[in-house]
Amino acid sequence: MSVIWISLIILAGVGLVTSVVLFVVSKFFVVEQDPRIGQIEKLLPGANCGGCGFPGCSAFAAAAVEKGSLQGMACNACSSEKLSAIAAVLGKEAVPVEPKVAVLRCNGTCSNRPAVAVYQGVRRCSVANIAGAGESMCSYGCFGFGDCAAACKFGAVTICPETGIATIDPCKCTGCGACATACPRGIISLMPKTKPDKRYWVACSNKEKGAIAKRSCAVACIGCGKCEKVCSFGAISVTDNLALIDPAKCFQCGKCLDECPTKAIQRYDIQNV
Amino acid sequence: MDLNKLSISTAPHIHRNTYVRKSMAIVVIALLPAFAVAVWQFGVSAVIVTAVSVCSCVLFEWLGCKYLLKKPCTLGDGSAIVTGLLLAFNLPSSMPLYQIVTGAAVAIGLGKLVFGGIGNNPFNPALVGRVFMLVSFPTRMTSWPAVGQMLAYTDATTCATPLYYVKGMVQGYGVNMSDLPTFWDMFWGRMPGCIGEISAIALIAGLVILLVTRTITWHIPVSILATVAVIATALHFASPDLFIAPQYHLMCGGLLLGSCFMATDYTTSPMTHKGMVIYGICIGFITMVIRLFGSYPEGMSFAILIMNAFVPLINRGCRSRHFSKI
Amino acid sequence: MIFKTFRKGGIEVPDNKMTKDRQIEPVQIPDIAVFPLSQHIGAPAVPCVQPGDKVLVGTLIAKGESFMSANIHSSICGTVKKIDKAPCLNGAYAPAIYIERDKEREEEWEPAIDRSETLADECSLSPQEIIGKIKDAGIVGLGGACFPTHVKMMPPKGAELDSLIVNGVECEPYLTADHSLMLAHSAEIIAGIRIMMKALGVSKSYIGIEANKPDAIALFRKELKSCKNIKVVPLKKKYPQGGEKQLIDAVLHRRVPNPPAIPANVGVVVENVATVYAIYQAVQKNRPLIDRVVTVTGNSVARPSNFISRLGISVNLLIENAGGIPEDTGKILHGGPMMGKPMRNLEIPMTKGTSGIVLLPETVSTRQPEQNCIRCAMCVEACPMGLEPYLLAQAAADSDWETAEKEGIMTCIECGCCQSTCPSFRPLLDWVRYSKNKVGGIIRQRNIKK
Repeated sequence: MSVIWISLIILAGVGLVTSVVLFVVSKFFVVEQDPRIGQIEKLLPGANCGGCGFPGCSAFAAAAVEKGSLQGMACNACSSEKLSAIAAVLGKEAVPVEPKVAVLRCNGTCSNRPAVAVYQGVRRCSVANIAGAGESMCSYGCFGFGDCAAACKFGAVTICPETGIATIDPCKCTGCGACATACPRGIISLMPKTKPDKRYWVACSNKEKGAIAKRSCAVACIGCGKCEKVCSFGAISVTDNLALIDPAKCFQCGKCLDECPTKAIQRYDIQNV
Repeated sequence: MDLNKLSISTAPHIHRNTYVRKSMAIVVIALLPAFAVAVWQFGVSAVIVTAVSVCSCVLFEWLGCKYLLKKPCTLGDGSAIVTGLLLAFNLPSSMPLYQIVTGAAVAIGLGKLVFGGIGNNPFNPALVGRVFMLVSFPTRMTSWPAVGQMLAYTDATTCATPLYYVKGMVQGYGVNMSDLPTFWDMFWGRMPGCIGEISAIALIAGLVILLVTRTITWHIPVSILATVAVIATALHFASPDLFIAPQYHLMCGGLLLGSCFMATDYTTSPMTHKGMVIYGICIGFITMVIRLFGSYPEGMSFAILIMNAFVPLINRGCRSRHFSKI
Repeated sequence: MIFKTFRKGGIEVPDNKMTKDRQIEPVQIPDIAVFPLSQHIGAPAVPCVQPGDKVLVGTLIAKGESFMSANIHSSICGTVKKIDKAPCLNGAYAPAIYIERDKEREEEWEPAIDRSETLADECSLSPQEIIGKIKDAGIVGLGGACFPTHVKMMPPKGAELDSLIVNGVECEPYLTADHSLMLAHSAEIIAGIRIMMKALGVSKSYIGIEANKPDAIALFRKELKSCKNIKVVPLKKKYPQGGEKQLIDAVLHRRVPNPPAIPANVGVVVENVATVYAIYQAVQKNRPLIDRVVTVTGNSVARPSNFISRLGISVNLLIENAGGIPEDTGKILHGGPMMGKPMRNLEIPMTKGTSGIVLLPETVSTRQPEQNCIRCAMCVEACPMGLEPYLLAQAAADSDWETAEKEGIMTCIECGCCQSTCPSFRPLLDWVRYSKNKVGGIIRQRNIKK
């Protein structure tokens, strides 16, 4: 009988002592953390994509709380409602942030851009980029080895096995920009995702002269300047044999799309996707 | 000529034709002299044990790659065959079949595949299998058939190995030293022991093959053997009644087999020459301690396994010396 | 004979020197020659001709205006057609001068050039004048690195030079351009060495030749029998003996510290034999760098040869001269198989750095599928710089740039020993090169911040 008592007492004693220790530790060694950091972190997508320039979502939250506002900071992956909720936590009005979407400025699919060599090294874009141009004659286009797909935390970027280049799903894309940073050739850009939900962009990055560009890819921008002339809003400019559409000036009329002789201009329609 | 089929990659564009399968084939060839001696001494039982061990290792490797790792099968590199051979060479020729198969399963499964297959295992798979068998089937693993029983298998008569006398002398249980095999018996392989470890000349021939083909460097085997020789010589001269002469130490037990074939396993040995020497010296030392003062008759497998665990540490401490600091 | 060699690492690669007994043959003068403005390390040259200008053989067409740059001369007599982009090795396009040959006229050379074959041994110029002539002739390191030679010959302050090492190693398999040049022009090379010794103010020089060229060793020994200050150093056959640091270690047992130290810091200048020959031509004959010896070879090439060819000729034409592209070709390399670059466009012009065109059969060039690292340490043993390639490659695959830098990735000389010796066919150097690129960028940014 006494064995039971002794063990019970010892057990209770150990429990008491440890609880006192725990209490003391929690009282004296507590690290004060602003509760708002936790609240903001909950509102953030939690993908740690790094698109904001901070190492992760909690770092972003801590920085936002320290600053006291969202001025100059943006989480591209958040919807505007979420952003205003975060601003509310900080006691501020939300700065309107235009939602963005990533687009690939290349349409060099297997059929458009014939392969002229077989690449045998490490199948990563960043490594292949050191070896020189990929398997085609174009030294600006998509490798199709998927560094962007690996960087995307939202499953929006995939390498299409049929076309051999990256495909970005505009519905899943949050515009965080991780893919744009990952691309060693810098051919992924972010464009605003405002309504009406269609956007035009030049799906080519080749800066060579028309003849060379055309020889390497059927849908290359040859820098002919027809789109520049047809655009009523002055949104298109051709520099270095490459057209560029300024999304701020573009009114989605679609004239350039019909005018482009190589079909280098593309558009997406969110409704249709 | 279709120019579009040209391949591109960065330099270098040629390979020296060293590949894993080639190294493994050389190891198998280097093990053949020892196998020949085993067949000559133990007869049919050596063939049975070796065949069962190799076949079951290959089978478990295939099963493991297919169902456990779900990776392309790595049987082609031949490492399973080498593991099977080495495992068999570390067993007495009277082991029953089911025990060999269990040992092979442990060697390939626990020794290699659970870590992710070839290249990732911290311990030598054959030794993992052997040590598992040593603790699971201690009687069978420590009774060695006498040589010359060509047709006997599990029913072979057993007798004491030279290591029994080594320990007997130190620990003082009366052994008759005149029963110890002579130097030349040990040299040619006329002594009881595990299948692959009996003949010094065959193992040295294997070592020469490995060194000449540059499959291994001299650092590990030489440092192990030198350490054992130095310790044995010192003790023998200090007290000849208690400690056996160094040449017997070098030739008995699994020392030669272990130092030439098991400790030199690529994956589980250090990366730099300096590290290899340290690794070898420690193995030699631990082997001698277990041989003379431990409770197991042979310490080679434990010594190698213990040092395998230290290899990452050795790799960290012994770095390759940079060109600017030669 | 005692063969010296470097102390750390290195591998033996099969020689495959099919052209070692072939004499140098001239090839036809091309109808169109293309001169990329950037065929050397440093700033691109600036064109000094206009489309439509008439040029002679040896006319200056682009000037190396900045300190680290080199002049470019026309190698044919004709008219400047255009200044446009031309394909270059990495698949991109870079500016170049196109010159069309005047087929009607007889070939006309710049009058200052002495085209006689007589050996001009005496040189009365001052070191400054010699270096000036080298600069004017647009000479760069012809071993492949294309470092402007006049820059190399002006060592930084504080460096005291005592020796010149002439690199006749040619450790790359397949290539024999330097070998054939040494056999054909030994007297000129020795004269060139004397000129260089005078320009550098050194009293000793060494010619390093690998053991697989016994004829060249014997020839130079004979020629230099009575000469005390120029020594022939026979070297053991081992790759990468031709690397600057390895050669200095092999010949003089001196080690060049890590960058930014250069060979001049240990008192040595290393020059390739082809460069020395070009220097002789420039100083004694006023002849700029307009042609060079190039090996066109391969396991199944019909007529593997050592050609002397005018610069600017298209690679395609060179290959045609050697019997065309064999059916089984898997890779066409610019340079040797250990460090050369593959070509996908055969319109690429031959430049100053083209020491060889190697047509590798598919069976040789195809990379085997990569397997697990078995930690065999063969790469560690092979690395001539004493690095641990398996660690560097792992760090690169994990994007762990800090570890890569700490492990000395920037001192890698990209010789390829690790990768070509790996029994698991791992693309070690691919990773290392990528990592070097990244770490180099990080270091540059850090320096800018400072």
